[in-house]
Amino acid sequence: MRKVAIIGAGPAGIEAASILARNGIQVSLFEKSETPLKNLQDKAFLFPNFQAAQEIVDDLSGKLLADGITSVFGVEITDVRWQGTEWKLTDIKGQTYVTDSVLIATGYQVFDAHRKEELGYGIYKGVITSLDMEQMIKHGKITNANGDEPKRVTFLQCVGSRDEKSGNHYCSKICCVTAVKQAIEVRKQLPKCDSSVFYMDLRMWGQGFEEMYRTAQEKYGVSFVRGRISEAAATFDGRVQLKSEDTLMGLPLKMTTDLLVLMVGMEPSCGTKLLGKSCDVNGDYGFIKTVNPHLYDNETSRPGLFAAGTCKRPMSISDSINDARSAALAIQEYLDSLKNEN
Amino acid sequence: MKIHAYPYNDFVIPFLIGTVLLFAIIIYKYIRWIRKFSPEQRKVIRSNWYSWKIIPAIWEMIREGLLHVRILKKNLLLGIMHQAYALGWFLLIVVGAIESRDAFYTMQHEQSIQAIHELEQQIGWHIYNTGEDKDPEYLNQRRYRVETEDGMARIHYHRPFYVGIFYRYFVHKAPASFRQHKAYSNLMDALLLYVFLGLTMAIIKIFWSKVLGMRRTTKHTIVDRFSKFSLWMIFPMRLLAESVTACLYGNGGFFTQTVGNLFDPMIVRGMETSLWMLYSLMLGVFFVTMPFTRYMHIFTELLLIWFRKIGVTEETGKTGYTYFELNACSRCGVCISGCPIDRVLENHEIQSVYLIRSLRNQERGSRLKMIADNCLMCDRCTVDCPVGIDLSSLRRQTRDKGAIDTTGNYQYLEKKQTPFNAIGRVAYFGGCMSHLTPGITESMERIFTAAGQKYWYMDKLATICCGRPLQQQGFVNQAAELRRKNTDLIAKSGATMLVTSCPICYQSFKKEYDLNIPVIHHTEYIDMLIRQGRIKVRHDDRKVSYHDPCELGRGCGIYDEPRNVLSAVTNLQKTRYQREKSVCCGFNLGDTKLSIEEQTKIRNASLENLTSKPVDAIATACPMCKKAFQHATNDYPVRDVAEIVAENLIN
Repeated sequence: MRKVAIIGAGPAGIEAASILARNGIQVSLFEKSETPLKNLQDKAFLFPNFQAAQEIVDDLSGKLLADGITSVFGVEITDVRWQGTEWKLTDIKGQTYVTDSVLIATGYQVFDAHRKEELGYGIYKGVITSLDMEQMIKHGKITNANGDEPKRVTFLQCVGSRDEKSGNHYCSKICCVTAVKQAIEVRKQLPKCDSSVFYMDLRMWGQGFEEMYRTAQEKYGVSFVRGRISEAAATFDGRVQLKSEDTLMGLPLKMTTDLLVLMVGMEPSCGTKLLGKSCDVNGDYGFIKTVNPHLYDNETSRPGLFAAGTCKRPMSISDSINDARSAALAIQEYLDSLKNEN
Repeated sequence: MKIHAYPYNDFVIPFLIGTVLLFAIIIYKYIRWIRKFSPEQRKVIRSNWYSWKIIPAIWEMIREGLLHVRILKKNLLLGIMHQAYALGWFLLIVVGAIESRDAFYTMQHEQSIQAIHELEQQIGWHIYNTGEDKDPEYLNQRRYRVETEDGMARIHYHRPFYVGIFYRYFVHKAPASFRQHKAYSNLMDALLLYVFLGLTMAIIKIFWSKVLGMRRTTKHTIVDRFSKFSLWMIFPMRLLAESVTACLYGNGGFFTQTVGNLFDPMIVRGMETSLWMLYSLMLGVFFVTMPFTRYMHIFTELLLIWFRKIGVTEETGKTGYTYFELNACSRCGVCISGCPIDRVLENHEIQSVYLIRSLRNQERGSRLKMIADNCLMCDRCTVDCPVGIDLSSLRRQTRDKGAIDTTGNYQYLEKKQTPFNAIGRVAYFGGCMSHLTPGITESMERIFTAAGQKYWYMDKLATICCGRPLQQQGFVNQAAELRRKNTDLIAKSGATMLVTSCPICYQSFKKEYDLNIPVIHHTEYIDMLIRQGRIKVRHDDRKVSYHDPCELGRGCGIYDEPRNVLSAVTNLQKTRYQREKSVCCGFNLGDTKLSIEEQTKIRNASLENLTSKPVDAIATACPMCKKAFQHATNDYPVRDVAEIVAENLIN
């Protein structure tokens, strides 16, 4: 019986594991943390249909119970090596595992907003990230620095994405629509609270996204300002003063807000960078490099080593799941070719 | 009757022409430059000409002009090479002059008829007599008898200044009572060998510059190479000429005689004068080309050191002093090795040595512009320059765009900030960059509060730039407008002291402003607070490496205060390139030509230096550097000195 190791129990890892297991392949699923789907569990609702994230978490967790999947949680794989006939995985404690094929699904981590110090994250209490906002939405308790109901919430796009200075030139793809989603949520939960979004471009690429953007403006009165925020400062009453420019009006602008939400972008996770380097498949910015983005987007330059999900590039949850399915198919084909050779 | 003996041979003509032209041109140039000194510079020169300052000036002239101590300290082999050339040649001239003086003095005293007969035989001596007797027939008879009515005739040995240079030729046989002649010739040979040592190293440097500890040497122009060739030929020619003379007459020292003994006297006899002619020709060619090549530095650097040490400084525009600076550059290339743009980006076109070369060649095109603009102004080369040329000022002058942009309208400044009554308070100027790193300004506010110091955060809400970014780019008039407004604000506030967080502003307030209150950087201020016991800090075990910001360290000489503070609160680690050698973070305001990718490369090189040993955090004292490193790494926290202190305050 063929064996596959999957590193990372996120949406991509779990989806690929369940498909492979269903097809009679023995799957070992490794996860660094003690529970699967860490990132997804932080989410409240998913765009564009406002489905509760918990539903997806439940569905995917259910798939883990299938026969043929061995879940190994709390174990970090630090080295992956081709041994001539098989792949050898080594975990942080030095224990080794041997498989026929490996799928890297180590995912992303969000940009550390401390690195954009001018925006005051970690310095001013009124400055939070989109993750913090998601938590507030999830618990239905959106509050400002003093614990009161905010009167104005401002979102800033592209923090750590499309940003030469921090070295991330790429677009993180999901923040635009996430900000729209969160701005709508704020208006839903706090109808008296102002909500505005500062953007460079709004990239509404997915099905239903453009409609969401329109609804946000027409139905929820979210205002969208084209411009970057250059610096933030605290006011004496714990609010945040912003300096910006409205580039459509061509005017500098100064405003005060209760909450400044930084839409932090996606970066390869530590595990992605580590494995990319150890297997020599690291591409731009530390993401995993695939053979080509059209026909061989799950294959890496190393036969038997595959990649799926946000370890390759920023993706939405649905894209990650689709990608995992195609990876499962690619792995299956690879294992079949091994059978034919023998 | 007087008998005169005068050494002369036609081969001294090239040397004479060279010497006369050299001094004529150099004096002409110096007079022209001195006339271009600005009134302020003249005042400084006049008031300090007879002050105690001339003692260190003369000492540095000897140290750098002859001994080359600064190059020696930086790079031993390169220093030995420069020293061998300068000191060796200088001593050859001086000892040669002393030797010939002693020899002639002895001859004058000896007054031997034998000697004059020998000189008669030797080509290259003119013997003639003056006196009342005009009958040549009679005179000749008398001369050979060397008798006059009064007894012995006195022979007058004339000693023209060039004798020292061609001594061995003119004195084939030293007078019998000149006992030291052997010692002199050995000494002269030793000096010649010393120069040869330098020459050999220079040749090695061309092919394997690494042997002499230089990653890269200067690329020279054709005229320079021609001049260098003649310089290099002088000493081998001298050796050949002296050796042949030694072969024929046995008057050489240990070196020239040994070489001379290899020759066959019958063969080389006819070549002697020609070789001396070649030697003289090489001297002549070198002297004539010298004022038009980099070798102009030989005399100019002495004058530059003199002017600099008695207090002359560079100004915003080109002055006479600028010409001395430009011509004092020997193109030794010491400035190349440290330059981050050379070392990290492999751009070998823009270093200070090439800026000076372009300026000296009076280039005006795009190349000069490119060179002038592509520089981080990190002053890494300025601290290395052996003769102390103010390289950043030269670049700033070349960048001068003040003339093209006169439309800058600073009317709005008047409305921007209103005077504040800060009598008895400390004025705190965060600076534009610190506004982008609020961690620093927040920490400073906490420190002021902890010290119980009343302060006026003068640019908290509305900021007027200190003007240095404009100044660095050559927008001199515009920068002056901003300075005028800030000076006005500070003067009217009545503040007792100005503390800045940004080294860029610090350098500007300290050097470009004329404030009548002390200006200090926050690292100095915190150091003072800790020493006076006004704030209490705890010491933790974090290992921290400190990055010297260019503007604070090399710019203002603040190296110790930040280190004192960091040692008081953390476990400060040494790095390989620190203090004067610190590598610029790459995101300096000085350079507008570098792309972000290039800046990133320089930053990574700087970061590598800071993290080569395991550390828990990186400390710096400049918001610019802080941002640069912060953007680069998730692995190390990047903290300003003020932040580390604020974290460790004990209330």
